[in-house]
Amino acid sequence: MRKIFLPLTKEIMKTLKLGEQVLLNGPVLTGRDAAHKRLADSLKSGRKIPILLKGETIYYTGPAPKRIGEVIGSCGPTTSSRMDPFTPLLLKHGLIGMIGKGERSKEVILAIKKYKAVYFITIGGAGAYLSEKVKSAEVIAYKDLGPEAIYRLTVQDFPAIVEAL
Amino acid sequence: MIRTIDSKLIRDTVKDLFIKANTSLRPDILFGLKLARKNETGAKTGYVLDIIIKNAAIAKKKMLPICQDTGMAVVYLKIGQSLIVKGSLKKAVNEGVGLAYKKGYFRSSIVNDPLIRENTNTNLPSIIYTDIVPGNKINIKVCAKGFGCENASKTRMFRPTDPVSEIERFIVDSVKEAGSRPCPPVYIGIGIGGTLDKAVALSKEAIFRPLGKTSKDRHIAKLEKSVLKKVNNLRIGPIGVGGNVTALGVSVLTYPTHIAGLPVAINISCHATRTAEATI
Repeated sequence: MRKIFLPLTKEIMKTLKLGEQVLLNGPVLTGRDAAHKRLADSLKSGRKIPILLKGETIYYTGPAPKRIGEVIGSCGPTTSSRMDPFTPLLLKHGLIGMIGKGERSKEVILAIKKYKAVYFITIGGAGAYLSEKVKSAEVIAYKDLGPEAIYRLTVQDFPAIVEAL
Repeated sequence: MIRTIDSKLIRDTVKDLFIKANTSLRPDILFGLKLARKNETGAKTGYVLDIIIKNAAIAKKKMLPICQDTGMAVVYLKIGQSLIVKGSLKKAVNEGVGLAYKKGYFRSSIVNDPLIRENTNTNLPSIIYTDIVPGNKINIKVCAKGFGCENASKTRMFRPTDPVSEIERFIVDSVKEAGSRPCPPVYIGIGIGGTLDKAVALSKEAIFRPLGKTSKDRHIAKLEKSVLKKVNNLRIGPIGVGGNVTALGVSVLTYPTHIAGLPVAINISCHATRTAEATI
């Protein structure tokens, strides 16, 4: 299986094929419902956001708390379609990759094409397995959101399938 | 004979049940997944099922939650009418849930108000259903229901004269519409009859039935079999990658209903269906 090294670049994007199984390696951000709403509200009103979206990949997950000595708790994907209302705006601001589970809306599929982005799916309900693929985890924004805070993760051989290009 | 127990016993049982449900996949579900793996020839589908099966083993070994969405805690109590519980039963249940989520390092996924949405950071409150039954024991069933699949729930009030084929179509269409969002292969709980709320409650209770068992009513068992076949013909497959198994099983519970109505509720449960049960 092909290893993909993050952050995604134009060169890497050109090589991705629909339906391809890959192993992701490198930095990703996490973000789900509450963080998306906050980011979108800030962007819409012209306020600064606490992260740079350019070239980033967001993994839709809200991890379980970690035990002492562990990097992270279980951290499988959440349903991507709940992020659909916010995704085109985030893509417009430079987001290039997304990891989640399930189908996306027509609007999001069109936006993915327009901004030359990629949507990967990973294995929903395999949170324990996927936690072993995370090598570092740190909350970098919206700490008050608890499990919905934005984390910086580093993943290693994280299984994903190219669902939309 | 009247029996008295301390509410602490209920608290500790509820705690243990939620820890078990969230970290140890039900043997019947695991068996269903392994059977599905055996019957799968597609490389990608096999790869996904292998990871799902491996995930259950890792979760059990490391006492990690099977899925990070450790759900909203739903508790069903069947209380013997000759049982006296010393202390507050409701408080004991909620304390048990709170302890399980803290000690188990489970995610707090509950917000205080559905519109204001501030995390309670305790995964409380839980949802408690009670029923009074003969005897002096208490049966406790718990369900940690993740919302990826809860969001795929549906209800419809059918006409009493609608044919069963219409109900079948409604169920199959609902599974199709849900697609890969509820984490297939799923376990489908169906409630038919009663009132709107009764049908919904039945649809959730239905997933407690061990996978592989069928309804005692022959016409209902036939409906379960027919729906399962049609759902698997959708070929959504594990996490949506296609394949022979979209659902591991279909469980239908029924209740008498009104001459003017035919309520039907669908409760889709993911491949990490998390329930546990004890009688004390």
